Amino acid sequence: MTPEPIERPEADEAHHHVLSVLVENKAGVLSRVAGLFSRRGFNIFSLAVAPTDRSHRFSRITIVVDAASAPLEQVVRQLDKLINVVAISHLNQHEVIERELLLATVVVTDTTSQEVIQLCSVFGAEVVDVGTGELTVVLAGHPDKVDGFEELLGRFVVTELHRTGLVALPKLSRSNAASTFPGSRD
Amino acid sequence: MELTGAQALVKSLEMQGTEVMFGLPGGAILPVYDPILDSPIRHILVRHEQGAGHMAEGYALATGRPGVAMVTSGPGATNIVTPLANAYMDSTPLIVITGQVATASIGTDAFQECDITGVTAGITKHNWLVTDAQDLPRIVAEAFHVATTGRPGPVLIDVPKDVSQSMMQWYWPSSVDDLDLPGYHPSKEVDPLGIAQAATLLAEARRPVLYVGGGVLKAHAHQALRALAEKLNVPVVTTLMARGAFPDSHPQHLGMPGMHGMYTAVTAMQQADLLVSLGARFDDRVTGKVDGFAPHAKVIHVDIDPAEHGKVRRPDLSLVGDAKEVIEALLGATSAPVEGQLDPWWDQLRQWQAQYPLYYDAPQEGQLLKPQSIVEALRDGSPEDTIVASGVGQHQMWASQYWRFNHPYTWINSGGAGTMGFAVPAAIGAKVGRPDRTVWAIDGDGCFQMTAQELVTARTEGIPVKIAILNNAYLGMVRQWQEMFYEERYSEVYLSPDLPNYVLWAEAMGCVGIKVEHPDDVEGAIAKANSINDRPVVLDFRTDASEKVFPMVASGTTNDEIVVHPTQGGRR
Repeated sequence: MTPEPIERPEADEAHHHVLSVLVENKAGVLSRVAGLFSRRGFNIFSLAVAPTDRSHRFSRITIVVDAASAPLEQVVRQLDKLINVVAISHLNQHEVIERELLLATVVVTDTTSQEVIQLCSVFGAEVVDVGTGELTVVLAGHPDKVDGFEELLGRFVVTELHRTGLVALPKLSRSNAASTFPGSRD
Repeated sequence: MELTGAQALVKSLEMQGTEVMFGLPGGAILPVYDPILDSPIRHILVRHEQGAGHMAEGYALATGRPGVAMVTSGPGATNIVTPLANAYMDSTPLIVITGQVATASIGTDAFQECDITGVTAGITKHNWLVTDAQDLPRIVAEAFHVATTGRPGPVLIDVPKDVSQSMMQWYWPSSVDDLDLPGYHPSKEVDPLGIAQAATLLAEARRPVLYVGGGVLKAHAHQALRALAEKLNVPVVTTLMARGAFPDSHPQHLGMPGMHGMYTAVTAMQQADLLVSLGARFDDRVTGKVDGFAPHAKVIHVDIDPAEHGKVRRPDLSLVGDAKEVIEALLGATSAPVEGQLDPWWDQLRQWQAQYPLYYDAPQEGQLLKPQSIVEALRDGSPEDTIVASGVGQHQMWASQYWRFNHPYTWINSGGAGTMGFAVPAAIGAKVGRPDRTVWAIDGDGCFQMTAQELVTARTEGIPVKIAILNNAYLGMVRQWQEMFYEERYSEVYLSPDLPNYVLWAEAMGCVGIKVEHPDDVEGAIAKANSINDRPVVLDFRTDASEKVFPMVASGTTNDEIVVHPTQGGRR
């Protein structure tokens, strides 16, 4: 019997894992998490972090991991060794509510401003700031929807564009939304 | 009771049972050095902060208790980075306390400021920057808890000067529940189903090997291990980190595996049908080329750290837990092997042992001393429970190969990090922890020159360690690789046997120094060194630089390509 090699899948942009990591809200925690990823050679595709509760004792970091860079199991187990990491959930692609926010400033003329506003209304985006010959729009939605909006905005002159990266939570009470790994606690 | 932060810090160390700490004061840690004058904790003043760290490691490895070191901010803190990295690689419990500039000055590039929690985040199990003196007792208790539980490791507490100077109301956390560690749950229940599966695998195995790593010593599982090995009549190999966990004199012991392991230990793993890894981590020095490591073996991986499971080799059965608890559970779940089931395996192992024992050529008249013979003479001339420390390189491998470790916690060595200069300070720390034992450092001339100044500390503090320098005037392991793999193009490896003059240097540091050049003088010099107990002794053995460490698995090759001594046939 030959040992099963540890799988290191080929690089594939489509293969991302979403980890929802509950951490203590203490100084330096984000740098510990980011440092772990860099020194173990794990790649982060996107990362979003903010406090989760009113007491600000915990924060939630949503990390989209490039699955090609390391076996997910190793990423989770190494993360779990960080003392400030309280719980880790791997969010299954099909059982998760994902949202991302986009802010963009678009140069408009009298004719194009109507087109931009129309595009916004189709996508459920809002115009949140108006300047001379410029609009700033915001869209919150599923990353696929944000991708589509960004692509169509590209027909106009976009001077600034920021995306937040993904935040996510498991879907509620239909099946196992979050799979738990040995060693993780939640 | 109102205390200064500094007083609370020292009192907290006392509450944790600290009997000794190794350190060197400086500006930012000054307030903490004042209450040390009134504390029962013995403080050992080192000559370089790296020495403090390695001494604390040596103390921890010899006693099983956490080592404590204290240094100042900036360069004091960065000088102890190497011991932290070393302790992290070898899972040694270490508490390092660093001074830090006052909180108001942090981030201003103040004098002797360094972001040491940032620097050491990747080489500590955890670290803390204390911002309020009131937190100090709790953080010290957390630090000891984290360093000593689960997979042990080094921790660092960074204490700004104003924090140690400000007042706090004394308290002491009475239990783990009083600690603020919501994300730390080190205890892992042993899975009874896994134990049953392991027992089945062991019962079916025809060529099993117990692959014993440092975790067995960390878990104090050496007695349980012996009971299990004897019950199952299974051969045992002990990694560089586990030397002493199973007696070298035991007939079931095949010795050390790995790059410079015993032929039989290495080959047994290659031919095994079952490897039971106990507190080992499939280090590259053990596996050789991973793809070709133990190709026929099922693997049962026992480790308290879940991240070790599947990191290098996908186990067939994963048992997360404390080595002692798992071994004891296995003892209860397994039965003695069917009569004769392992006989063919033992016949094969005995044949390999007879064919390829450790070997070196006897010296010719007029040649320099054989380094292997010095280790043998030290072993035979010293008490059986002697503690041996080593640096890193050829001398380390010869020490591990030729010493006979029959007791746990008698081998003090830098395994994962490979830190040259480890031996002298680590031996000092070990002797502080075990003053009843003879402590020898077997060192190389290159290593000795890195940290020898700590012998001043040893003499001053009355710590009579003994140092044997295998002085071949070379960075010997690098020389060996240049000889074997770089067509004998020796680049920057020659050191000189006489510069420094080791005897004069030893005497300048208050030690006894003896140069030994002739085989006839070896035994007498060792006997003399062993009779001196009022000061450190340095023996300068002039050894043959052409000696190489065998067996050897060359880098990038599989363990099947092991090379034995040329006289035994060399490449197999």
